[in-house]
Amino acid sequence: MPLVKDGRLVDDPWVGLADDAPVPAEGLVFVSLTRFRAERDALLARGAPLGVRLKSSELAPEIGTDVPLLALVAVEFPTFRDGRGYTTARLLRERFGFKGELRAVGDVLRDQVLFMHRCGFDAFEVADEAALEGLKAAMAEFTVFYQPATDDRTPASVLRRVRSAAE
Amino acid sequence: MYRYDEFDHTFVAQRVAQFRGQVTRRLDGELTEDQFRPLRLMNGLYLQLHAYMLRVAIPYGTLSSRQMRRLGRIARVYDKGYGHFTTRQNIQYNWPALKDTPDILMELAEVEMHALQTSGNCIRNVTADQYAGAAADEIEDPRIWSEIIRQWSSLHPEFSFLPRKFKVAVTGAPSDRAAIAVHDIGLRAVRNGDGEIGFEVMVGGGQGRTPMIGKTIRPFVAKHHLLSYLEAILRVYNEYGRRDNMFKARIKILVHEIGIEEFRARVEAEWETMRGGPVELPADELERIQAYFAPPAFAALPAVSAAFVGSRAADAEFAQWARTNLVPHRQPGYAIVNLSLKPVGGVPGDASAEQMEAIADLADAYSFGEIRVTHEQNLTFPHVRQDDLYELWRLLRPLGLATANIGTVTDIIACPGLDYCSLANARAIPVAQRISERFADVGRMHDVGELKIKISGCINACGHHHVGHIGILGVDKKGEEFYQLTLGGDATETAALGDLVGPAFSYDGVVDAVETLVETYVGLRHDGERFLDTYRRVGLEPFKEKLYAAR
Repeated sequence: MPLVKDGRLVDDPWVGLADDAPVPAEGLVFVSLTRFRAERDALLARGAPLGVRLKSSELAPEIGTDVPLLALVAVEFPTFRDGRGYTTARLLRERFGFKGELRAVGDVLRDQVLFMHRCGFDAFEVADEAALEGLKAAMAEFTVFYQPATDDRTPASVLRRVRSAAE
Repeated sequence: MYRYDEFDHTFVAQRVAQFRGQVTRRLDGELTEDQFRPLRLMNGLYLQLHAYMLRVAIPYGTLSSRQMRRLGRIARVYDKGYGHFTTRQNIQYNWPALKDTPDILMELAEVEMHALQTSGNCIRNVTADQYAGAAADEIEDPRIWSEIIRQWSSLHPEFSFLPRKFKVAVTGAPSDRAAIAVHDIGLRAVRNGDGEIGFEVMVGGGQGRTPMIGKTIRPFVAKHHLLSYLEAILRVYNEYGRRDNMFKARIKILVHEIGIEEFRARVEAEWETMRGGPVELPADELERIQAYFAPPAFAALPAVSAAFVGSRAADAEFAQWARTNLVPHRQPGYAIVNLSLKPVGGVPGDASAEQMEAIADLADAYSFGEIRVTHEQNLTFPHVRQDDLYELWRLLRPLGLATANIGTVTDIIACPGLDYCSLANARAIPVAQRISERFADVGRMHDVGELKIKISGCINACGHHHVGHIGILGVDKKGEEFYQLTLGGDATETAALGDLVGPAFSYDGVVDAVETLVETYVGLRHDGERFLDTYRRVGLEPFKEKLYAAR
């Protein structure tokens, strides 16, 4: 699947490993949480960057304390209706201090990427390359935000204060 | 009233532009109806039995005359000349054309309105006590906090794809006129031991197919911590609410299944991490919003107007109206006036374009340009001089807005039912019309006294039947409409769910059944007892006996 990061289509350097696939000696791989738990030490001993893919039902605390060891967390959106991933993303970033790539995978719709970005996602798996333009447009649809989130967009309440201080 | 600043204007304009793009993509065939569905639902656009329906948000039921005038214009230009005020203090247009909906949203944006979050699995339009800023028993103006919650919840990035819809209601007074106990979150302003004002927070109330009365999760949350506490509740719900079954996805089921103690523990743990953090509203922003709700420029008047007392003595019909449709105001010499949208034989909650425009003019002349929508589907002028009441009443009468029936047996809540709704099993509107015709005599209405009849056309309970003193639920039995009756429901601070009385009645029989219930009450009541009081004293049996005696 094509990957969008920082507003551009990028080549995905990561390989997603099935639970029964052999682990390559080198290269960036990500595995399911189940496999990460089962083969944690061996996977980390490779010395190469490691990622974990979370199902939507696998919430942030299940991986939270391990995130310093990870370079990628992919969060599944099995359907756009399943919004657990938004909370997972915020908690990984805000509570557990995850600094690596946070990737939204699955049913990632154009009309949701702004929400996802606000919650800390910085990479999006999209259906096809043509989706990029729509995604970029959707990211620019709003410039006013009413609540603080994980991103650095300043909420209106704070901007109002800045404005009235300048007056 | 709150007024948009440049941020709010920009936000809503961007929302309209976004929606226009989505509609264009749909009309061009780039989006299928399936793909368009979640997008239109985020903007309050439903597909009903016969047409699209647009649900416009009226935040906490507060309208300016300018906004009401615009709602009337939209009804005339884009619809069939009327709109329908709902139990969530919103207005629904039943016949808009898809291609027109972006223009409607643009017209709304011009008067600082929108259709945001009137549908979808997000935090819905916040509802509140319609007498805010006018009620004598108010501790805190609920509009301030409703507006704060409205802004905080607008396109909330974390909580726009919740397990299910999420409704918040706020009351600023001990009397609950906002039905907070049957909301996902209910907030009641309270004072703690130190005299500090905050909110009692209830969670897990709701109607629908599994009705539940909300439970107090925290007796006191300081005002300045309200947003972090709400965010903590929403986060726990978003993580743990059921997503495997749409009918078990509301927060009430989560609270019920894990228990209020466990739910509270999870919320408290979450709250610990964010209390006092960036989500809390800055103090200067609170002051800014608060300032919009300062009282209007009331005149200094004697507590009771001699003119009002005189008119009431001289004109019996006016006195009847004054008895049911007026509520005491906190400001001496003023009154709260309820405009009935329940004329005998009419459609509960409907208003024509002409009525809306006339109401706007009257609000300018008599109520500082302010109008409220009640969850019981009526309208309110919150601030009217008692001196003006007689004149106002005479102007409301020819408009069909002065039926003297607020709180009485003909002031019926009804959902749109099978006349419009694709979910309905039975008609609700014609049942309400027939009941109101049966009790059309004002003397009889007033003799029966306070009696809240609420009718839903299906178990989703949009007509609030669970909390009706008499609740009526339309069901389908082999293709025929039948109506189940419940007794003793209550949406106020003494909230209760109604008890099912027995086998259902036919469409033809249900009005007789309601009359039997009313007559049974009249026969049993003690002095000063309302229907609900009598029911609570005597229970179901005497009513059941009379109802089924003839069978």
